[in-house]
Amino acid sequence: MKTKHLRLMQRAYIILFFGFMYLPIAYMIVFSFNQSKGYSLFTGFTLKWYSSLLHNSSILNALWVSIEVALLSAVIATVLGTAASLGIASMRRRSRLLVTNITYIPVVNPEIITGISLMLLFVAYQRFTGGISWLPDTIMGFPTLLIAHIAFNVPYVIFNVTPKLKQLDIKLYEAALDLGCDPRQAFFKVILPEISPAILSAFLICLTYSIDDFMISYFNCGTVETLPIAIYSMTRKKVSPEIYALSTIMFVVILAIILVSNAMESRNYRRDQRALREEGV
Amino acid sequence: MKIYDKKLAYPYFVWMVLFTVVPLFIVVYYAFTDAAGNFTMDNLLSVSGYGSVFARSLLLALIATVICLVIAFPVGYFLSRLRVNKQHIMLMLVMLPMWMNFLLRTYAWMGLLSVNGPVNTVLGFLGLGPYTMLNTSGAVVLGMVYNYVPYMILPLYTSMTKIDQSLVEAAQDLGASTTKTLLRVLIPMSVPGISTGITMVFVPAVSTFVISRMLGGGSNLLIGDLIEMQFLGNSYNLNVGSAMSLVLMIIVLLCMSFTSSFDEDEMEGVS
Repeated sequence: MKTKHLRLMQRAYIILFFGFMYLPIAYMIVFSFNQSKGYSLFTGFTLKWYSSLLHNSSILNALWVSIEVALLSAVIATVLGTAASLGIASMRRRSRLLVTNITYIPVVNPEIITGISLMLLFVAYQRFTGGISWLPDTIMGFPTLLIAHIAFNVPYVIFNVTPKLKQLDIKLYEAALDLGCDPRQAFFKVILPEISPAILSAFLICLTYSIDDFMISYFNCGTVETLPIAIYSMTRKKVSPEIYALSTIMFVVILAIILVSNAMESRNYRRDQRALREEGV
Repeated sequence: MKIYDKKLAYPYFVWMVLFTVVPLFIVVYYAFTDAAGNFTMDNLLSVSGYGSVFARSLLLALIATVICLVIAFPVGYFLSRLRVNKQHIMLMLVMLPMWMNFLLRTYAWMGLLSVNGPVNTVLGFLGLGPYTMLNTSGAVVLGMVYNYVPYMILPLYTSMTKIDQSLVEAAQDLGASTTKTLLRVLIPMSVPGISTGITMVFVPAVSTFVISRMLGGGSNLLIGDLIEMQFLGNSYNLNVGSAMSLVLMIIVLLCMSFTSSFDEDEMEGVS
């Protein structure tokens, strides 16, 4: 009797919790189809906010900038970070510890501090280059945005790849050498395939962080707008259901990605299981 | 083992020094100099004039952290007791809202909480309100809790999956009440998750400026708002802004040394 009560309470609590988490999302989806601009009354179904969103050039430009920055910064951060992980793995313990600790700084520092410290660096650069003609005087904009994104992405690459390198069996590499590979071949044929899942997941993490970042971009974007910054400047104005339409689209896209990747994962899982069973027989 | 070349890390070293170490030194430099570049303590002293803002930030972030902990603890526990395939689905459900840009989520709360918004409409049917909820410090705390509660759930869940159910059962078989099981078994065993969760909620909460600006109106300034105003806002003053950032960094460092270990293990569930 008592456990039944407890179970009911558990279920109620979880439902309440998820209700809280999804209330704003449900609200945005419903009101993205609302005829009037009001917040409370649903006055009729319309798709006009979606069509005006798709003709909103500042949003579309911002989306493009976001994608560009995310791809570029993720690629550069992944290469830089993977090379760094390989180098760090062959360092002595003391210096490795020092580098790891410095790498932690952008991860644990409040984002606003990372943002303003980079901004100050770029401001200092502008002051410094005032007298030197061959350096560009103003870099605030796309270049600074890109640097900032790489800067906060690299640590995640290093912290993803390094553990994988530690798990790596060194004997595989030695076997490759014994069998006649030169170190370069051994690296590309043995080490790289082993650590590539970690590199890929690091790349994906970089992409998501970069697309989602507001705080650090905000201080380092100059006049360039990424999607979160465009959203921010929209929210500073009066309520616009266009934002709700945008949220709904993003939610659907994210949901689709998750469902597809989950389906693929479970299909692979089932296939592996079947293969194992058949091998067993 | 030495199969790779140390040189591979050199580009990163240059990068790290240029874009992590040097910027922090510049913050310190700006904090201790005036506009002409002379040494001064005035910036740091002027920060004390904003004591009330700092106190409010700390208080609101602290309240939000405690509420997150209270909400997240049962959720983490229930999740960790589910069957594994169900756990994955539920975790996805927890993470899914986080994948939406937090500006959009916070913006939705602006609509929900407004005087003639849905929440007040529902309360109106019950014969309550309407209440002014938007632009209060309560709304700011709500925004913090809503945005950061997943950061509390994930580490708690990770450390709770390591608690063997038979330990809980043993405690109850030996006559411990539910409260006692909680206090003597569950809470002590999830301490690593709790401390990671506290840092992961408190640090962004104490340094935010978006949530306070969107949900707190103009009247609930936080440290983040102050800093933002010095760098990009009306009271443009990089030196004072740097001094404020320095104080914020010290607060965060103190908070982290308080909750001690930033356990790599507990970060797994997050990234």
